[in-house]
Amino acid sequence: MTARLDSSLEPAPQFRLTASAAFNVILIAVLALMPLYARLAGDSFVLTLFTRVLILALAATSLNLIMGYGGMVSFGHAAYLGIGGYAVGILAKEGLTSGLVQWPVAVAAAALYALVVGALSLRTRGVYFIMITLAFAQMIYFVAIGLDRYGGDDGLTIYRRSQFGGVLDLNNKTLFYYLCLALLLAGIYLTSRLVNSRFGLVIRGARSNNRRMRAIGFPTFRYQLVCFVIAGALCGLAGALLANHTNFISPAMMHWTRSGDLIVMVVLGGLGSLFGPLIGTATFLLLEEALSRVTSYPDLILGPVLLLVAIYVHGGIAGRIGGRARG
Amino acid sequence: MAEPLLEVDGLTKRFGGVIAADAITLAIPAGELHAVIGPNGAGKTTLIGLLAGEIAPQAGVVRFDGSDITRLAVDRRNQRGLARSFQITSLFPDFTALDNVALAVQAHRGHSFRFWRDARREDDLRGPAEAALGRVGLAARAATRVDRLSHGEHRQLEIAVALATQPRLLLLDEPMAGMGPEESDRMVALLRALKGSVTILLIEHDMEAVFALADRITVLVYGRVIASGKPAAIRADTAVRQAYLGEDEGVRSGPLEGSHG
Amino acid sequence: MLYFVEQCLNGIELGMLLFLLAAGLTLVFGIMDLVNLAHGSLYMLGAYFAASFAALTGSFVIAVVLAVVCSLVAGMALEIVAIRRLYGRDHLDHVLGTFGLILFFNELVRLIWGPAGMTLALPPQMLGAVQILPGVYYPAYRLVIILAALAVAAALYVVVMRTRLGMLIRAGASNREMVGALGINIKLLYTLVFGFGAALAGFAGVMQAPILTVQIGMGENILILALVVIIIGGIGSIRGAFVAAILVGLIDTVGRAFLPDMLRLMLSRNAAETLGPALSSMSIYMLTAAVLVFRPEGLFPAANK
Repeated sequence: MTARLDSSLEPAPQFRLTASAAFNVILIAVLALMPLYARLAGDSFVLTLFTRVLILALAATSLNLIMGYGGMVSFGHAAYLGIGGYAVGILAKEGLTSGLVQWPVAVAAAALYALVVGALSLRTRGVYFIMITLAFAQMIYFVAIGLDRYGGDDGLTIYRRSQFGGVLDLNNKTLFYYLCLALLLAGIYLTSRLVNSRFGLVIRGARSNNRRMRAIGFPTFRYQLVCFVIAGALCGLAGALLANHTNFISPAMMHWTRSGDLIVMVVLGGLGSLFGPLIGTATFLLLEEALSRVTSYPDLILGPVLLLVAIYVHGGIAGRIGGRARG
Repeated sequence: MAEPLLEVDGLTKRFGGVIAADAITLAIPAGELHAVIGPNGAGKTTLIGLLAGEIAPQAGVVRFDGSDITRLAVDRRNQRGLARSFQITSLFPDFTALDNVALAVQAHRGHSFRFWRDARREDDLRGPAEAALGRVGLAARAATRVDRLSHGEHRQLEIAVALATQPRLLLLDEPMAGMGPEESDRMVALLRALKGSVTILLIEHDMEAVFALADRITVLVYGRVIASGKPAAIRADTAVRQAYLGEDEGVRSGPLEGSHG
Repeated sequence: MLYFVEQCLNGIELGMLLFLLAAGLTLVFGIMDLVNLAHGSLYMLGAYFAASFAALTGSFVIAVVLAVVCSLVAGMALEIVAIRRLYGRDHLDHVLGTFGLILFFNELVRLIWGPAGMTLALPPQMLGAVQILPGVYYPAYRLVIILAALAVAAALYVVVMRTRLGMLIRAGASNREMVGALGINIKLLYTLVFGFGAALAGFAGVMQAPILTVQIGMGENILILALVVIIIGGIGSIRGAFVAAILVGLIDTVGRAFLPDMLRLMLSRNAAETLGPALSSMSIYMLTAAVLVFRPEGLFPAANK
């Protein structure tokens, strides 16, 4: 289960003017100005696309917490996206459209499932851990298919986005975009504090050498479980956002290939780096989009690109930008 | 007579058909430096695994400070005061030396469900960590990443990390493995300085060091204790000489002879 | 009762298909330590090859043979061009790389064969049913699948247990470094093993094509079941894959057939309707989770590496 780590256990150089820090600042600026560009260019599609990037980047950030920093490769992370989305969708169908009810439920439900999955899965390691998380994601996928009342295999349309009492109108695309951006940045900031805290060091130490961690007195299981739950909860929030964004929920949100997509986004951006998940998600989705405009067969190029990244790029893309200082 | 700090009674471990530990019985009083020697494959590392809690015995009891810890988990044993170093260096390679030791300190200073504050700025973690590094002579290398340290420095760091958990009993698994003469002398000096303040169970191949340091010695062959006692007695024991020298009982210069004292 | 026998046979049939897939997967995983998600793509290619060859030659049998040969060649080519560059890497790199291959192959198939999927017709001799027990009839072709797969399993057993190549394979599955140290041409061995696994996958794809499907993305659904099989059976163990495949095939098929009815006995009609299909699909994954928690090395673990 040793995942190659990008910015390992050196103090996170957040305020040094390194190449990577500069890049991150530029990235945030671009994202912040995107709606302006969209309005000026009269292109609302790019706004939709980037909103999706932000939401999935939040999901990827949560996965990076357990995978990049914690070395726990979860192949079932899309389950939490689905649970969060379904919480919103189910409550909306039953008439509960207040976001103040839906979103906490989404987060709590995802956290609860993560607790169950983690408690059982974290007893295993390596490829077995990967498989058991996959198995649990498949279970919830099939549960969703069986929910006839909520669309079953076809999915369910959400007619009213989460309501915030007139304070926030999520139908306003620009507002929704900035909300997603804010939540993403908050997620990244939360991660940055987490990984340098006592808790974070235990998690990272457990990834680095679990045997030694236990030999010096850490009951690593409980810390990893809490980390797993935090990641699930954060992803559940992303799921709630996704459901609002697409006005639609379906079991496909939790298909195992979606979990694969998330892993790809995290690895592409560089494991164990704060902005890596965002970079990876943006790269993946934008590449996918660009290719589909150029050719009717985008995956003929995207597929090999992923393969080449796997073969040749150490530390993912963020590692490349960060250069030698890391890993 | 004071109760021994560590008591091992009939400890047995089988791996398939191989008996790695054969009814091992030992008693180590507090403050003693007790060496365990034996030919390769004698089961010395298995013994450490059994004492540290990584391996479960098929039979036998391990008692620490009067309590039965036979079924106790690895981390809980360490919390009770039993620390170990590893024969094959087992550190956190992407951390600095100071980070490695600070983690060990952190494990014994309250819980780690603290999610916000930067742990690297906690003086009550860094302070004792620096002290432990100083004790083993690595103070100058505190800020160096472990994967850039030399082998000898790794062995020193192994001890520092174990020491930082404030143990009452230290299980050292071949701390001098792979060291040159100068480094070995430094390690012997370190262990001598530690004697008395912490009880030590030392597994070592370096006979010079063993006879220089040990209060008592136990000899393990094929997982069985064949002799146990003061160094001079061990040196003279025929069974021990046979184990090391083979059939020849004649006076031959070997590891047990006092040619280098 | 008849229904039960029929479902059991269907379960065994599914199990045989899964075995063919899992055997290749577990060998590659056990010997080369490679997580190959694109194994399902090779299964898909086999089906498509067969459909095309059948259309070209008009003969089912020839199509099968050619498809298997092509799968073997495709597998070896893939290993040489792409897969071998992933050896020794993190499992995560394998996941990323082979995931890319899945995308690539799905698109390639769409380019060459179009999005609509294909059919593979059975020869008239294999239509119809065979009486296996008094009063019990079972589709002839499904029997053919079971028998063919058993034949392959037997051949596999002979090769692995009785030939030099098989000895190398078994040695490699339990101790990779040693085999290299023995001076064997590791590269060639790996290419052969991978190609062999691809041929098995292709064969499975071909065999199920007439009754199930030949379409894009068919590999992913069955891949996950194959992964489950090798986990339950023990990575690197062909015997384990065999037992686990039958187990999984039976549980899945019989579960789907009978669980909803059983639930209806215990729960309200509505609840049974909702829970039934979900639970039966879930049953396999619950089994996997249970195995992983209680006996993570699988039923027949290969010797320690």
